[in-house]
Amino acid sequence: MAVLVFADHDNASLKDSTHKTVTAALALSGDVDVLVAGKGAGDVAKAAAGIAGVRKVLHAESDALGQGLAEAIASLVTPLMAGYDALLTPATSLGKSFSPRVAAKLDVAQITEVVEVVDGSTFVRPIYAGNALETIQSSDAKKVITVRATNFKAAAEGGSAAVETVDAGPGAGKTTFVDQQIVKSARPDLTAAKIVVSGGRAMGSAEEFQRVIEPLADKLGAAVGASRAAVDAGYAPNDYQVGQTGKVVAPELYVAIGISGAIQHLAGMKDSKVIVAINKDGDAPIFQVADLGLVADYKSAIPELMDALAAAGK
Amino acid sequence: MKVLVPVKRVIDYNVKVRVKADQTGVDLANVKMAMNPFCEIAVEEAVRQKEKGAATEVVAVSIGPAQAQETLRTALAMGADRAILIQTDQDLEPLAVAKVLAAVIAEEAPGAVIMGKQAIDGDNNATGQMLSALLDWPQAVFASEVVLSAGSAKVTREIDGGLQTVEVALPAIITADLRLNEPRYASLPNIMKAKKKPLDVKELSALGVDTAPRLKVVKVAEPPKRSGGVKVESAADIVSNLKTNGVI
Repeated sequence: MAVLVFADHDNASLKDSTHKTVTAALALSGDVDVLVAGKGAGDVAKAAAGIAGVRKVLHAESDALGQGLAEAIASLVTPLMAGYDALLTPATSLGKSFSPRVAAKLDVAQITEVVEVVDGSTFVRPIYAGNALETIQSSDAKKVITVRATNFKAAAEGGSAAVETVDAGPGAGKTTFVDQQIVKSARPDLTAAKIVVSGGRAMGSAEEFQRVIEPLADKLGAAVGASRAAVDAGYAPNDYQVGQTGKVVAPELYVAIGISGAIQHLAGMKDSKVIVAINKDGDAPIFQVADLGLVADYKSAIPELMDALAAAGK
Repeated sequence: MKVLVPVKRVIDYNVKVRVKADQTGVDLANVKMAMNPFCEIAVEEAVRQKEKGAATEVVAVSIGPAQAQETLRTALAMGADRAILIQTDQDLEPLAVAKVLAAVIAEEAPGAVIMGKQAIDGDNNATGQMLSALLDWPQAVFASEVVLSAGSAKVTREIDGGLQTVEVALPAIITADLRLNEPRYASLPNIMKAKKKPLDVKELSALGVDTAPRLKVVKVAEPPKRSGGVKVESAADIVSNLKTNGVI
């Protein structure tokens, strides 16, 4: 059995979720290749070759691949699958965009957001926003899988795989890239951060969200997250959203400020190692999952928390 | 331009999901069902496109049991012009749904399909992309803004870290993300009017589409429970606890 892993990157650097997806792939087979599709992504391909356990790196370059157009990536990957029994893709927004296309072209099911590999055809995945875990067995000859990377340990460095250039494929067809706005941030990436500070609807406004949540995140060197309620209300951008319909995170420390803990939010953060919750409603469901809960208004609690952190040398 | 909007009947998103004791699935008996929230956003978007004059007809389609007619009536009350139910009691996987929708599209020939990015039961986020691949139509998934014009659509998409804008030639598949719009509540007069709008029911078997499942559900289990910890008295207690345990 040979497995192809689709590398997650931004054309400049390889993302940790690739290493984690390689770990999932190694649970299926010892023959794991990594595909780096991008533009000017030579360093990414080199980095992928350095992941322990990787047999070979395939590297394809084109504008459409660099722009992350799903049609272009699917038309590159689908013919490559002639040589593989499984495709594993980190469940990023890009992965979710193109992987089902490959599955449909191969006439197989997609096995979505796998959190555990049981055997070569059996997988565990969350359904109903993580309120249930489904174990499914695939009868398809080829498996097309997206991987919830936070559930797997990162594969180590130390590999020395060869990098092979492959043709970029036929391109994006009837889809044209217009432009892209990526929010530049000095903070760590939400899904890879060791600490996440999230704010909820209690913030009341975008200004308040920035005034309260961001300095605390900066003090802790944390990424900033938000509940769906806060995103819906426009207090925080959509890519801050932690939950079923947003990002799934599993940091060492998750700090929830003014978040009640709706099922949909808990689905995105309940695998965090330590959860701290500050909420003025003592009955809020967030306290049922929090390791440390403080029933208090964030308006008084956050300045105290900032002072206590400063006193502790943070 | 005709816009087709596929909608799914799912467990209401406010309902706490319970796993059956025999681990064969989730208990759906006597549970409140509703239109999938992302499908609601898609219906709203199609209706707004019609109100703006960019679309001429909005057709809602659902694949499911007889009760899915209620979901279609909701779409009609929101402003869809007519509805189609492909009736089946079989629970279809995304690939099968995409194949059924492709058969409906062959008959209806819409200029665009607007649908939810994900159903909140299976959480697959795959049907729109699969449909696009089967039809060889372009896709614009996770849309937060849609501008339809003659022959093309300009779509702003939610991607990791920001937004991306693409232009797709029509016909195309567009899937709705959370911030595309806020769906309206259907007014009572519109609910009454919706009862008179046309709703065709067709048997799934009449379409001749291969809907055989590819995945076997071995079991459905509850996720491991996380127990709540302690309540502390002050912010300083939080910091000292985290420090003692080496978290910070």
